[in-house]
Amino acid sequence: MTKILLILVSTILVNNFVLAKFLGICPFLGVSRKTETAVGMGLAVTFVVTLSTALTWLMQMLILKPFHIEYMQTIVFILVIAGLVQFVEMVLQKTSPALYQALGIYLPLITTNCMVLGVAVLAVQLEYSFIESLIYSFGASVGFALALVLFAGIRERLSLADVPEALQGTAIGLVTTGLLALAFMGFNGLVK
Amino acid sequence: MPTQDLAAVESIPQTLDMLLTVSASPHIRSEVTVSKIMYTVLLALLPTSLAGVYLFGLSALWVILLGIFGAVATEALIQPLLGKKASVVLDGSAAVTGLLLALTLPPSLPWWMVLCGAALAIILGKAVYGGLGNNPFNPALIARVILLVSWPVHMTRWQSASYLFARSVDATTAATPLGMLKTDGLASLSHLRLLDLFFGYRGGCIGEVSILALLVGAAFLLWKGYITWHIPTSCLAAALLTSGCFWVSNPQQYANPLFHLLTGGLVLGAFFMATDMVTSPITGQGMLIYGAGIGILTIIIRIFGGYPEGTSFAILIMNALCPMIDRYTLPKGFGRSRRRKKNHA
Repeated sequence: MTKILLILVSTILVNNFVLAKFLGICPFLGVSRKTETAVGMGLAVTFVVTLSTALTWLMQMLILKPFHIEYMQTIVFILVIAGLVQFVEMVLQKTSPALYQALGIYLPLITTNCMVLGVAVLAVQLEYSFIESLIYSFGASVGFALALVLFAGIRERLSLADVPEALQGTAIGLVTTGLLALAFMGFNGLVK
Repeated sequence: MPTQDLAAVESIPQTLDMLLTVSASPHIRSEVTVSKIMYTVLLALLPTSLAGVYLFGLSALWVILLGIFGAVATEALIQPLLGKKASVVLDGSAAVTGLLLALTLPPSLPWWMVLCGAALAIILGKAVYGGLGNNPFNPALIARVILLVSWPVHMTRWQSASYLFARSVDATTAATPLGMLKTDGLASLSHLRLLDLFFGYRGGCIGEVSILALLVGAAFLLWKGYITWHIPTSCLAAALLTSGCFWVSNPQQYANPLFHLLTGGLVLGAFFMATDMVTSPITGQGMLIYGAGIGILTIIIRIFGGYPEGTSFAILIMNALCPMIDRYTLPKGFGRSRRRKKNHA
């Protein structure tokens, strides 16, 4: 139980995938202009990352390891993630059009989110058990969603700010990301 | 005919006391301006600065003067680049940022680090966002945290209180009470008296040590109405409650809530940093949530985190949450229920 809590605190706050590991910056900057879309993206990522990590973990343990082909990891994982996202998209479209509508373009976009692959690879590297890697991936994506929603709030406010012309758009977004990461450094050492 | 009319209008003020002026609103203007607020804040920080100089000697005075000078000079250099009027430089906001930064620094910090910090506060904290009023984070704290993560050794080398008129010239180094708590545990703090902490006889940042001086300045600002009670009260109460819970659970391991209140930068942060008008929520309810967040996060970072003190980080994190808080504490329009609002949207 303690370990589960530690993994959650670690992935959400201390080793936040966006603000400490700097993974998934592309969707972080791309879909943070409005809070609503940020929430949608956060939910979609949480869903896909948790599911794909479960699948890739099984792949690793049941196929790659027994056949000693761990060097195929990257290709296999990417294939699994891309396939999974497409599959989930189709299933959602047929079974739950409302959710499909809500997630919209973000669902296919997740395929290119490097965080998804990062979480899958790290969960294997850290030698987590199945349940632990599930918790790990869930925490990681919640951390992503948290950073995304926080950032979207700031960004909405920045759209009203008198930002110098040279810094408008992505530039000020990156500066703000850096300052947000700086603030999150306060959580350093929360988990040993 | 028109010239006659004009003459008639001009003659009215002499004959009539009641002159109806036609002009665009606003008709009643507030006396309060940005520079008036800023200079009042500077005045409110005067007791703290004096206490810092008294407690740590001339080196503290240097840090304070360099901080203010660095911030104002950077502002003067950067304003032309932003295409703003030069009058902004002397509105006092840069001086307040510089002073607030200096007050959060150790008194023995090298001069160039102080200047670096002051420049960073103005450039990264404020100018890149378009100047005063646009910045999402507190500029002084941004600079302090950058200095802290860049030069951790210098930023955590504390000087024990060596009074301005003391005989010995050599300043001795001493850990802050929170630093001792982190490294040596609660037992190492038995010699500290709460009253000493209240007056500021301990190692620490220039402006955080003397709680008495801070309270005098804060009372002045509250009286002037430039800060409200919401943020400081909820911040300090939340910190007391959180540390109280830990203390009650195990008084042998966790420090007493009053100790947490009187050490570190909590009081300085609660009254002078968290209440920054630009980076704090607008509504009273929002301010209460924001302050409570700062108090809780500060204690959590102090007890569980790697850094002995967490006030600056806690305030920056809550600064980031501020747009969210404002969004959800928006008062509903008169005559509208929340449910109806949702349906209309």
